[in-house]
Amino acid sequence: MIRMQPSDENTRAIAESDAVAVERTLAGDRDAFRVLVERHSHNVFRLAYRMTGNRQDAEEVVQEAFLRAYQKLGQFAARANFGTWVYRIAANYAIDRMRQRKKEDTRKLEPAVHEEGTENDPVTLVHDAAPTPERLAHNIELREHMEMALAALSHSERTAFVMRHWEGCAIEEIAQVLKSSSGAAKNTVFRAVQKLRLALQPFVGRGTQARAIGTES
Amino acid sequence: MKHMTEEELIAYREGVTAERAGMARHLSVCEECRAELERIEAVLAALDTLPVPYPGDDYGQRVWQQIAPRLPEKPAEWWQSWFEPKRLGALAAVAAMLVIAFLAGRISRHDRPGNDVVANKEQIRERVLVVAVGEHLGRSEMMLVELSNAAPRDPAQKHVNISTEQRRAEDLLDENRLYRQTALQEGDAALASVLDELERVLLDVAHSPEEVTPAQLDKIRQKIEAQGILFKVRVVGRELQERQKATTPPTEHNSSRESERNKA
Repeated sequence: MIRMQPSDENTRAIAESDAVAVERTLAGDRDAFRVLVERHSHNVFRLAYRMTGNRQDAEEVVQEAFLRAYQKLGQFAARANFGTWVYRIAANYAIDRMRQRKKEDTRKLEPAVHEEGTENDPVTLVHDAAPTPERLAHNIELREHMEMALAALSHSERTAFVMRHWEGCAIEEIAQVLKSSSGAAKNTVFRAVQKLRLALQPFVGRGTQARAIGTES
Repeated sequence: MKHMTEEELIAYREGVTAERAGMARHLSVCEECRAELERIEAVLAALDTLPVPYPGDDYGQRVWQQIAPRLPEKPAEWWQSWFEPKRLGALAAVAAMLVIAFLAGRISRHDRPGNDVVANKEQIRERVLVVAVGEHLGRSEMMLVELSNAAPRDPAQKHVNISTEQRRAEDLLDENRLYRQTALQEGDAALASVLDELERVLLDVAHSPEEVTPAQLDKIRQKIEAQGILFKVRVVGRELQERQKATTPPTEHNSSRESERNKA
């Protein structure tokens, strides 16, 4: 899982100051909401980008999530967990956006090769300091396959995988977003990993053969 | 030695299992399962290298600038959410059910004055549930049948648009959840179980892409067929019809027809 887990003390401090900002916003201080937006925008963007797979949609999801959070702030009961709450709103809206996007635009998935901030690019992460043309070609090909495999997941599978694997969300949190039971949410995570594995294993573990699982030796 | 299944290995890797200690013990002695876990981890590790663009240090400020002009002066009060169109719709449905239950109660009280009021109330409640769930199952069945028969409008088209079925599945999902919970409260485990299975299928349909390839559509169909959900929905629907007949007090018209049938 990639999500950085802040220390318990940090988490508590952020949650407490979130709660104060929420109270002040509800009392009519709009600038207090600005603090919440600036504090949580990056995290929400990361989730939205991984769910939608493109920057434009991710930015729209972030804006819409904060707008909806502001409008519904009066209904927000657990005021200490604003981060988790806005996360959930963003995930819900991202699902809507993915559906809408599919309808509007049947364009093929664009490989996001030229995005800025690609410090984690598989191409740049190759251990060999001087990558050979073959290695470069393989990594570009692998990335395209990974993007295609993610795009081939259903909305719920992609949401469950992103929230669990990359964002480290609890199964109950995922179940709330998918509006399903915890068992069903867990199954959706399994299904997503199984599909990704099926699609990517030939490119990742070239030469390695999966065994017939669940067997006895 | 029994090896771990793929599901167990994924659950272990993704930390969604309560059996973690036992699995770790097995992995420490089973080379094959360890190798299998490594293969899963290799795929996940490759996915972890997919980049997320960094939106910039001032991203939070930019988001604020973009949304600030669109924010109302003050957030809505909690009670204002009750007047949202979606909530009003749900409230209207609940109110309609209450009115039906009340009217049904009055009618049946006239039929049998002063006798076993508590049992009567329970019957009425069951009747309302039976009628409502029966209709819900009918609508779900229709949607699933239409989905099973969906085909591209033009044979040359590569995609099938299932957005109509999807929207219906979304609407049915909310109702289904309500009925499943009610069935559980009423202690009707069999009905709750079928509604639970139906919910999973509805969820799958609601979360599928709006346009699917014939192969994807086939997969959805196979899933519907494999779970036998259509058959179960039909059987339960029929059972509910029977129960509805059994719990409906015979009207004069019905009873005279019944006696005619008996005579015959």
